[in-house]
Amino acid sequence: MNEGLADFLRGIAATNEWWVILPEILLAVLALGLLVLELLSPNIRKLVPRVAMAGQGVILVLLLAFGCSDCGGVPEESYFGGLLQSNEWTMVMRVFFLFSALMVSYLGGLFLARQNLAKEEFYHLVILVAAAMMLLVQSNNFVMLFVALEMVTVAFYVLVAYRRSSSLSLEAGIKYLILGALSSSILLFGIVLLYGVGGNPALPGASGDSLNFDALGSFIALNPDNPLVLTGAMLVLAGVCFKIGAVPFQIWVPDVYQGAPTPVTAYLAVASKAAGFMVLLGLLHGPFLSLQGFLVPVLVAISGASILFGNIAAVTQGNLKRLLGLSGIAHAGYLLMGVVASCSVDWADRAVLFYLITYLLASFAVFTVLSIAGQGDDAETSMETYRNLSQRQPFLGGVLTLGLGSLAGIPPLGGFIAKLFLFVAAFQAGLYGLLIVSVLGVVISIYYYFGWIRTVYFKSTGATDEAASAEVLGIQARCVMGFLVAAIILLGVFPGAMSLL
Amino acid sequence: MFETHATLLLAAILVPLLAGVVLAFGSGLSTGLRRGVALVGFGFPMLAALLLAFRFDASLAGGYNFESKLATGLESIGIYLHLGLNGISLPLFLLAGVVGFAAGLYAIFSNTERPHLYLALMLFMQGGLMGTFASVDIFFFYFFHEFALIPTFIMIAVWGGTGRRAAAMEMTIYLTLGAMLSLLGLVALYVTSGAESFSLPELRAYLAAQPLSETLQSNIFALLLFGFGILVSLFPFHSWAPKGYAAAPTGAAMLHAGVLKKFGLYGLLQIAAPLLPAGLAHWFPWLAWLALGNIIIIGLITIAQRDLKLMLGYSSVMHMGYAFLGIAAFSVVGAGGALLMMVAHGLSVALLFMLSTCIYHRSLTFDLKAMGGLATKAPVLCAFFVAASMASIGLPGFGNFWGEFTIFVALAETEVTRWLVLPAALGIIISAIYGLRAVANIFFGSPRAEFAARLENDAIKDVQAFEKAPALVLLAALVLIGGFPRLISDRADAELAELYPATESLPHFETIAVTPEMETRKETH
Repeated sequence: MNEGLADFLRGIAATNEWWVILPEILLAVLALGLLVLELLSPNIRKLVPRVAMAGQGVILVLLLAFGCSDCGGVPEESYFGGLLQSNEWTMVMRVFFLFSALMVSYLGGLFLARQNLAKEEFYHLVILVAAAMMLLVQSNNFVMLFVALEMVTVAFYVLVAYRRSSSLSLEAGIKYLILGALSSSILLFGIVLLYGVGGNPALPGASGDSLNFDALGSFIALNPDNPLVLTGAMLVLAGVCFKIGAVPFQIWVPDVYQGAPTPVTAYLAVASKAAGFMVLLGLLHGPFLSLQGFLVPVLVAISGASILFGNIAAVTQGNLKRLLGLSGIAHAGYLLMGVVASCSVDWADRAVLFYLITYLLASFAVFTVLSIAGQGDDAETSMETYRNLSQRQPFLGGVLTLGLGSLAGIPPLGGFIAKLFLFVAAFQAGLYGLLIVSVLGVVISIYYYFGWIRTVYFKSTGATDEAASAEVLGIQARCVMGFLVAAIILLGVFPGAMSLL
Repeated sequence: MFETHATLLLAAILVPLLAGVVLAFGSGLSTGLRRGVALVGFGFPMLAALLLAFRFDASLAGGYNFESKLATGLESIGIYLHLGLNGISLPLFLLAGVVGFAAGLYAIFSNTERPHLYLALMLFMQGGLMGTFASVDIFFFYFFHEFALIPTFIMIAVWGGTGRRAAAMEMTIYLTLGAMLSLLGLVALYVTSGAESFSLPELRAYLAAQPLSETLQSNIFALLLFGFGILVSLFPFHSWAPKGYAAAPTGAAMLHAGVLKKFGLYGLLQIAAPLLPAGLAHWFPWLAWLALGNIIIIGLITIAQRDLKLMLGYSSVMHMGYAFLGIAAFSVVGAGGALLMMVAHGLSVALLFMLSTCIYHRSLTFDLKAMGGLATKAPVLCAFFVAASMASIGLPGFGNFWGEFTIFVALAETEVTRWLVLPAALGIIISAIYGLRAVANIFFGSPRAEFAARLENDAIKDVQAFEKAPALVLLAALVLIGGFPRLISDRADAELAELYPATESLPHFETIAVTPEMETRKETH
């Protein structure tokens, strides 16, 4: 055993290329630095949000500059003795997560300005989550995966309950904590089962290092019917489905989305979900490759149920944050369809990535409007808040229309192209039943997405239109939303632009 | 040919879209500037369409005029922004240009709230319409059609009449359902044909070389038939249309009923029927019976309407039945008749919707029973409305006549479809009943007391210039086609002959086994 450990450590020492995770290290330093800044003096403390944003911006630019110089053909390479693996996918996803964090920091600034809460820790936590997610997509070992995932989850426990004075936020925090801990333990149990059975010397292909994806993959290939392998894989799958909010692990979604501060909701909706999908794709095409025949029917069922449940439940929902949560379940269902298709159609995983990117842009467009227009209690925004928004704030009305249109999948917006890719992939994979379910889902979703759009344009019957809320939009807000909307339209009209992004 | 003409085709799509963007951000523009921009946005596509129609070379049948091909980053799945016109798409491209111009002209000079937004949304629709009929690539054909979805919804929600909340939602949900089904059908064509391309000529070539199995054809055809059918208000999926059009503001109703609705028929005519003949043969009884449902059942419902706009909405649903029958006949004559019918109907229904708004501005009601005697005060309006109603009924001299006539000829030419002629002809009587009754109720006879009082004082004027100009444009086009149907058929015939069997030899229908069930149906008629 000791010898094995020594080998392992030696392997790590031989391939510990620290520069590979330089962005993550810089983010961690930035996060800690923010805490230090807070201690110095009240004047400096005011700078924290700006430093946080600037720091993330610089790291993003560096990542783009150095990452993309060899983006075209980043070879698949392992580092740290197989703990981490990087390829062009992980490169794209790191940018994805960092951009999400930057957007959440921006939304956080809007949110915190209205609240009497500690500001600095918010940025600290957001940045930590980003760093952990970036490690998560690169992990090639169950220990690495679990540690990164826990770091994300624990930081989210705090973020969800950030509004200490609000009972809804606290309730959301408790629910996320309990169910999150449960799902983590299920995931861990699955990992342990796989590790145990993979190390059983009586079985062919047993390895001392069955936490490593490659070793585990070759073990499973030799023992695809072992009941312990199947159980373990199912448990791991259940843990991941909790993160992406798919049926039947969606129970936490509406409450947590409602109670969490709006920027955190956006973070959960976009980045946390995307991380879950990346893990799922990585597992299905990595260690669980030879279990696809067993897992695909399960995933098909989960996908269909998520699409139907999310859409139908959202129809009667009046609270907008809950509505976005429920519709997010449906989006998870569409994405799962792409994941299933990727088992037999080789380009389907790129369709999933494209969907995630358009989902990111559209979601942040909607959440930005939500952060600016939503007044009063953050958790209680209803349709009424948006009545006749198009006349009071034409710019916000337009952004909301395009964002929701893209989520609904209407041309010429990016969301449509993303859905088209998924449909073509699913068709090629022969998933006819799921296709019919998702067409139904899209039609149902028109009701609530367009119902919201209608409210934006509908004149109020009474004379309750107070001009009070007609505060002038800052140039910064205009730029951010303008960028998101331009990207949504660009991806819809010229999807080739994706290679530029 | 990728020079001026192909560029003009692209510009006919882009100019309205750009004008729309300018107006969307142009709430601060002066009235004159706003009108100027909108006029360019609506006028340019029509002029371009007319010019291209003159330069059109029908001898290129099977191929396309004015082709251009741009990559938009979807090459990996065989999608290009591939534009061009053939004999089938040219008439509809012209229709879109003319109706769009008339609708735009009316919208520019009539009073609306938030005019810049109204015009911007109409221009987005217009750009999409031009693109739909100019697309060779079936992906972009679909893509441009969906441009109209959000604008139509917003227009009904903001500027609509009574019942707009529910009507806008019902219409959008229905249209999305139809669109998603037809999208699935198009994707199915793409995947099963093996062409790895969404380009229509390539799909055609692949399917000609290796026709799909009969089951596959009929499954895909079902998706397209019902998907497109919902978009064209095929009975019994029509309920969105009358309500939606009744609630829609004039501009949206003109563009939607006049042009956009022809998308589904165009899809059946250009894509579904020629590519999947066995599918059409399989679904022929369904199509024929449902089309009769459009003509007879909806026709009777139309007679029962008291509301002018609802009546127009139902009548437009009813007339779609003829176009379906023309396609069902699956011959050069039938398809040509359907094409003529689509163009003429688009012009006449747009004219009727516009005139109904003109009437409303004078009568302040859509209730047919409450009006009467309007001709004394507005004789020119009366003349326009009578002409438009006659066209819609299908009187000789207007384009609609040739469309219906040709469809009847096509139906009578083969044994399988001959029984359809009689019930279809009944529809003409039905439409004469409601059309003439509407004219009588609105313009002649003695009005009810309150309307009579309005007629007494001089509040009511005849048509203004801004109403007259678009009406003249539409009416002129109707009469032109009525007088010279060859303007369209000469350009379309060669292309139709490529895609459809000639009527003398209908090889395709000989292969259909006439089922005993169909025999009995024939006897009942």
